[in-house]
Amino acid sequence: MGLVRNVMDDGLGGLEHNFLTGRIEDVVKWSRSRSSWGATFGLACCAIEMMATGTAHYDLARFGMEVFRASPRQADIMIVAGRVSQKMAPVLRQVYDQMMEPKWVISMGVCASSGGMFNNYAIVQGVDQIVPVDVYAPGCPPTPETLIHAIETLHQLIEDGEIMSRRKATGAGANVHIQEIAAGTFTPVVLGKR
Amino acid sequence: MTTDVLHECVLGDSHGQQVLFVPKDRYIATLRKLIDDSYTMCVDLTAVDFLTHPGRTLPEAIAPERFEIVVNLLSMRDRTRMRLRTQVSEADASIDSAFDLYPGTEAMEREVFDMFGITFNGHPDLTRILMPEDWDGHPLRKDYSQGRIPVQFKGSAS
Amino acid sequence: MSDLLSTVVSAGTFEGNQELRSRSELTAKEVMREVGAVLRMSEADVALLAEVEADPGEDQTMIINMGPQHPSTHGVLRLMLELKGETVLRCKPIIGYLHTGMEKTGESLTFMQGGTNVTRMDYASPLNNELVFSMATEKLLGIDGDIPERAVWMRMLLSEMNRMSSHLLFMASNGMDIGAVSMMLYGWREREEVLRFFQKVTGLRMNHNFIRPGGVAADLPAGWRDDVLEILEMLGPRLEEYDTLMTGQPIWRERLQGVGVITRDEAIALGATGPILRSTGLAWDLRRDMPYLHYNEVEFDVIVGSYGDAFDRYAIRLAEIRESMRIVRQILDKMPGGDYRIQNKKVTPPPRARIDESMEALIHHFKIFTEGFKVPEGEVYVAIESPRGEIGCYIASDGSATPYRMHVRAPSFVNVQALPHMMRGGLVADAVAVISSVDPVLGEVDR
Repeated sequence: MGLVRNVMDDGLGGLEHNFLTGRIEDVVKWSRSRSSWGATFGLACCAIEMMATGTAHYDLARFGMEVFRASPRQADIMIVAGRVSQKMAPVLRQVYDQMMEPKWVISMGVCASSGGMFNNYAIVQGVDQIVPVDVYAPGCPPTPETLIHAIETLHQLIEDGEIMSRRKATGAGANVHIQEIAAGTFTPVVLGKR
Repeated sequence: MTTDVLHECVLGDSHGQQVLFVPKDRYIATLRKLIDDSYTMCVDLTAVDFLTHPGRTLPEAIAPERFEIVVNLLSMRDRTRMRLRTQVSEADASIDSAFDLYPGTEAMEREVFDMFGITFNGHPDLTRILMPEDWDGHPLRKDYSQGRIPVQFKGSAS
Repeated sequence: MSDLLSTVVSAGTFEGNQELRSRSELTAKEVMREVGAVLRMSEADVALLAEVEADPGEDQTMIINMGPQHPSTHGVLRLMLELKGETVLRCKPIIGYLHTGMEKTGESLTFMQGGTNVTRMDYASPLNNELVFSMATEKLLGIDGDIPERAVWMRMLLSEMNRMSSHLLFMASNGMDIGAVSMMLYGWREREEVLRFFQKVTGLRMNHNFIRPGGVAADLPAGWRDDVLEILEMLGPRLEEYDTLMTGQPIWRERLQGVGVITRDEAIALGATGPILRSTGLAWDLRRDMPYLHYNEVEFDVIVGSYGDAFDRYAIRLAEIRESMRIVRQILDKMPGGDYRIQNKKVTPPPRARIDESMEALIHHFKIFTEGFKVPEGEVYVAIESPRGEIGCYIASDGSATPYRMHVRAPSFVNVQALPHMMRGGLVADAVAVISSVDPVLGEVDR
């Protein structure tokens, strides 16, 4: 434990072992990546593998993601697991819009990434036609190891801040939008629209 | 195909399975008689669109039409199955609903309506079931394309 | 308020007439039908109701929407419930959120490729889907009597192991839906062992495309007997643990007994099969009553319930895991040697090593995998017992290499129709228990 003789003379250099310094942005990014919660969006077979990733053998809890929140307001990552049909597409968009910033999307499986083996009238050919996707995980279904790899890639991207700076450049996704509501006025909440 | 007669309809055989060819106007009456014959469970009700395969093998007495309604029945007492095939024409794409006899056909008939456009008279709730409500067209008809999008592969010639 | 409604309506998730309409819009006949009268009243009485004005309701009922994105449903099932307080008056399931056009896709895939398509319908028991499709194709080809013994017994082994893994998935999700969250972890832990065995045999954990027309895709690997014995030995005591954790437990019983009751006649009228039908007291199991493969050579019991409630369905599935283990033990003893697929050059591809040696083998391989083998004209319906009920495959062929019409009779599609009858009069919390006890897999509901 260093003893500060004279802050005026020695300055902060006189303080030893007592402080960790860093930028707030780094700490925020680190904590966001270590404790991101998923929104349940399991649709088809990939949902079974996603559940398998969350349970004891492959254990997503060690990455901070064991909690899958049902309410999109409380979730950070939406893992679109499975094929998205024509009827489901507006629901997907609505759930994505209800999530709070910052939010990320992992497209799990080939059906979510590109339509997969179902190149037909019923399936949206790639979920990136509806929501902006950050990481694509291939496989039919991807094994839990592949999904963990995708999640860890996303965590690394969050920690590096690449996604935030990329989005700032293009204006899409994870910026925080603040719309000031004047005091005393009543603004109805409109769902499904930005 | 060697044929027989059951309940005044032609009874055929397909790979060891009984197939009853029922004309549209006697569809419900025949189903009632089959229920008395202990075929109490309707396992499946579906349809086939023979637009691109009109020359299929049928018994001589049956005139082929564009659509065929196929009903699979099961008798638990006798442990046998019975299949009904009814021809439905394109001009009059409708048939009586079997809902009053077999309530389990409610969803099956809705699916046939959604996928083929065949209406069921007397069905309590004939709406689309698999496609969105505002969808155009009936996907499983043969003149409805699969809806493939062209896929480009890196380095491919086209 | 109407602005808000119109905004929600225009958001694209409004499904018009497919949704549950409020009582004021319906005639008495439709209300009674949705309430289940068609099964309980005679036709004449129901016809009389069409004349009667529907009572406009006391305005104390509320229509709420559960899903399609909801943690308690087994996939994207949307339920609209009309509630009076906490009691469910009417319920309407709205499906189609996972419609994949598999039957249309099946018409453009050859019979050899058809397994990849069909296996993704009931993704909790994929081998059963492949089995029924392969059996229907073989019947059309006329080779269903010539499948080698080893292939048949391998199919039975895989089918029973799949039944075990599917029922373990049910135990896990049922536990979680009722509130026993640790059951979720235990069920998946057991399932991992079975999936590991599948990975060793078929190469994949799920959606295997292993059972193909003519037999199976590859032989069992060395050491498979030890793996199976290990699984059986591990599962026995663990099932006892589940009994202690759940079956005798008062909270579990309170939540499941008397919930979601269905009678035998209702189940038959609705076409419900599988554990739902067996829970009403009717011992109908296709493996015993209309045997396929060699199920008439193995001994097993058909588990039957007596009250038709959710507890019976849970207990039936738990006991069926034990019966499947019993069957697997018998298969271990009876597994013969021999070919794992029929030696018909037109149907099954030659072994890979022979392709280097023989021109004929190369040509056959090429033709089978590119053009596909042609199946004679005809139509056939084959049904087997999947963990959810009777799954059937109806194929109409026109003599070409792709099916002309491929339809799969999915058990969950028909079982979902029983949901409104089971939920009526219960509480909203019981709605979750009922869906869970029916165990629908939306992949096969929507196809």
